[in-house]
Amino acid sequence: MATTQTTLLEQSCSFLSSATHCTLNKKAQQPAKQHNGFSNGHAAPILLEGSNGIKTKSKDCQVKSSKNKESFEKVPFITAALTHFGFYVLMLLGFINQLLFTPNVAKEKFRVGYAPLYENFEQFYLRYVYRRIRDCWNRPICSVPGAKVTLMDRITKDHGWTFEFTGKKRECINLGSYNYLGFAESSGPCAITSIDTLRKYGCATGSSRLELGNLPIHDELEKLTARFLGVEDAIVFGMGFATNALNLPSLVTKGCLVLSDERNHASIILGLRLSGAITRVFDHNNVKHLEQRLKTAIKEGQPTTGEPWKKIFIVVEGVYSMEGSIVHLPEMIELKKKYKAYLYLDEAHSTGAMGKHGRGICDYYGVDPRDVDILMGTFTKSYGSAGGYIAGSKALINYLRVHSHAHTYAVSMSPPIAQQIITSMKIIAGEDGTHDGAKRIKQLARNTRYFRQRLNQIGVIIFGSEDSPVVPMMVYLYSKIGSVVRTLTTRNIAAVGVGFPATPLMEGRIRFCLSAAHTKEQLDYVLDNIEELADTLGLKYSRKSRNPNPIEYYSDSETE
Amino acid sequence: MGTEHVSLEAISILSKIPIYSVLFTVIPLFIGWQFLKRRITPENESSESDFDKKLKDWRPDQLVPDISDDHPSLKPMTVSSRIGKYITIDGNECLNLATHNYLGLVGSKDIENEAIQTIKNYGVGSCGPRGFYGTLDVHLELEKRIAEFMDMEEAVVYSYGFSTISSAIAAYCKRKDMVFVDEKVNFSIQKGLDASRSNIKYFKHNDVKDLERLLLQEKGLNKKNSNNVEKTRKFLIVEGIYMNTGKICPLPELVALCRKYKLRIFVDESISFGTLGTHGKGVTEHFNVPRHEIDMIMGSLEWAMGSIGGFCVGSSFVIEHHRLSGLGYCFSASLPPLLTTVATKALDIMEEDDELFKTLRENCSTAHCAIKKSKYFECFSDMKSPVKHLVLKMLFKHNEGALLLGEISKKCIEQKIAIITPAYLDSEREQPTPSLRLCISSVLTSSDIERALNILEKAASEVLM
Repeated sequence: MATTQTTLLEQSCSFLSSATHCTLNKKAQQPAKQHNGFSNGHAAPILLEGSNGIKTKSKDCQVKSSKNKESFEKVPFITAALTHFGFYVLMLLGFINQLLFTPNVAKEKFRVGYAPLYENFEQFYLRYVYRRIRDCWNRPICSVPGAKVTLMDRITKDHGWTFEFTGKKRECINLGSYNYLGFAESSGPCAITSIDTLRKYGCATGSSRLELGNLPIHDELEKLTARFLGVEDAIVFGMGFATNALNLPSLVTKGCLVLSDERNHASIILGLRLSGAITRVFDHNNVKHLEQRLKTAIKEGQPTTGEPWKKIFIVVEGVYSMEGSIVHLPEMIELKKKYKAYLYLDEAHSTGAMGKHGRGICDYYGVDPRDVDILMGTFTKSYGSAGGYIAGSKALINYLRVHSHAHTYAVSMSPPIAQQIITSMKIIAGEDGTHDGAKRIKQLARNTRYFRQRLNQIGVIIFGSEDSPVVPMMVYLYSKIGSVVRTLTTRNIAAVGVGFPATPLMEGRIRFCLSAAHTKEQLDYVLDNIEELADTLGLKYSRKSRNPNPIEYYSDSETE
Repeated sequence: MGTEHVSLEAISILSKIPIYSVLFTVIPLFIGWQFLKRRITPENESSESDFDKKLKDWRPDQLVPDISDDHPSLKPMTVSSRIGKYITIDGNECLNLATHNYLGLVGSKDIENEAIQTIKNYGVGSCGPRGFYGTLDVHLELEKRIAEFMDMEEAVVYSYGFSTISSAIAAYCKRKDMVFVDEKVNFSIQKGLDASRSNIKYFKHNDVKDLERLLLQEKGLNKKNSNNVEKTRKFLIVEGIYMNTGKICPLPELVALCRKYKLRIFVDESISFGTLGTHGKGVTEHFNVPRHEIDMIMGSLEWAMGSIGGFCVGSSFVIEHHRLSGLGYCFSASLPPLLTTVATKALDIMEEDDELFKTLRENCSTAHCAIKKSKYFECFSDMKSPVKHLVLKMLFKHNEGALLLGEISKKCIEQKIAIITPAYLDSEREQPTPSLRLCISSVLTSSDIERALNILEKAASEVLM
């Protein structure tokens, strides 16, 4: 057993040495030696360290992060070639298809002689490439999106052009919804208090916060949010997407430079586009590249005039929803201080879910939240509600109260929605007098670690940080996205597939979102099925060493 | 002599060297020199210290400009009751003519029970975007119902009214497209246009002739380079009832122009949906314009329906596009289930009860006639519009007028009538004229309206005299 491990490690080392600018060889070999010294029994933690060294391949070898637990294993060459080839075959087949068969779609009526509404390629892609696996998305559900979710079965009789409901329902283990702390519940304190608030205030205000939509519950929520995050003040909005899209334009103005991570969410990109500021993109989570960009920006100043920039913003996310990576916050804060830039942190997927106390990425790294200039987050995910917040200094929030688009024009948050956030946030913070929140946070961390370690053991490639509850499993090939999602559904598991154009062409993936509501039995069931699938579909791309020992799932009483 | 001969010989030797060998020596030397230059010069200390100096001297602006602590926006009025026919503002229980609740559905008990039942079935949040297990059966139901109600093929539901309009516009209008827009459109349309980066032409408010002038101008320009004519998409974007003026758009004339000049037309029916027409189907029903003439109708669930969110409705050919290209649709969590069923229930009520629209129409005209008698205010809004902008007859500078109107509004609230001035940002394309905005609702009685306007008149006389 031990010898196979060593050879595996050696293999991965030789693979690494071919990577040019990375000098991880020695690091990777050290743990291998250590491992030889141990017999099978207690090798697990050490092996883990070893695999860490190997995991952090090309991208992050420059970063000296104390919490460097990231992995972006490179795609094997043959898989890459096959992915490209497969995609071109799909395109070719689609093209032939288009020549031979008329599409089964609605046509525009009464608009003869008008310029076509859509681009040709876009239409072709949707009809002849995307349609083949269209059934993997937009699946309707008819229950609470909790640990389990009920899908409404639908079938297609014409190869994905249209769908029909069969009337049957299928209860699946839910690894698709963003329900990190398991607050998507139809009973319990959250639902009860929300119903009470609904009785008191109704469900809508029909007015913006600046006009007559300002209820005491909004003030309460803002104060609670600020207290929870450990900053001076906060402001809340009715929609998470709009929090980015409608506030960035008032914060970032012409003459400012924005350095934005290449994998930032669409709402951030839209907000920046609306702002009129100049945006430059840096490589995903790459601190060194960011520093280069900062240096060049300060050296060169604004284009054409050469004047210094008014302000420089660094815009990053806490946990990236497609990559599963966690932002290198301490290094970013260092850079921001060194180069006098401002930091905007989108915590949509991290607030509630990350850190010992569920306070997000700052809590996770033990960083002072006041070091981040603008903290943004949403209530959709961990809090099981809807809406978003921006938190920070009093001056910042006051400015937004005067200048925010959403605060002035859009309707204020619905009272029962706000109540759900208040109740769940109080539970997370322990203000309800129970340990329920702490328990959920712990459970999520435990589920995450267990699930990720087991997947590594199976031998599939997963991206991102060990501690991130978003787990993208790489399948690369376009067609494999479809087959994995479909097969998982037949086994009563709901997961999300993501492919081009949402990800780069090469990087089709299946994304699992873990939740505190999942039990070990549920995860085991899922993992067993993935293992079986990985064998039949050939998903074991990883060349990392595999832990031969059973992965432990710590119980409540045990400390880690 | 000898030396001269030698030098001549040297030159002749040079001339015998073939040209290519010269190139062979010069080019590597040149490259080598460049290479050395790069290795020696760039990372030298002077540029490094230059940079340090630059960094040291750079004084970026502070994160946000200071806001004085007594800015009125920092202390908005607090409402401590349900927002229905009556509303408690800072302790005063007022008759509500300020929030958009045209059909009085915010106060409905039926709707409330429906919402409670939904929480019991589905919880509060939907925990995912539509693509990733965030599509609930209630969303599909609402979309189907809206499409049926409007008698069109398909509808999509967004989770926020503001983002509905701005996402929908940006999903269709792209760079290089021509978009013709009324100059008084609301802020969400303005943001949608910003996001589209299209070529935008504004025409005078509700002025069909001005629009035609622009269209002709455009046509004239295009004649010169006829290649572009058929390729450029052209759009017209208008509101059914304008949020900022309360006027109804002249839809039949606009549609005629669209057909003549081959424009696609998008109508923002945020206010007109559920208020205009005998069955509340909006501006198309009001003018009796066949609905297939309109390419897309955008609406809000927030005003007449008493929920939150928005929708777009039209032919399947057009609407399908949202499901992969509407940014606010694809990348946002879906509408919370309870707000979805609230909207469906509101549709039930609207379908059952035409009286609602009749009462609303009567109330609108009652208010309109009462305002006409006012000494201090003028109202340019349409008689049938539930949104009425009251402008001071006396001329003031922008700020002065706004302040006086604020005073009047405050006085009204003290006397238990909620009438407010609408909030605008400085970043509006064109600052709207300061006004008081009345929102008429079907739950008001004609005596309510008269009483309210009397008090308004009195408040105005106190402030202006």
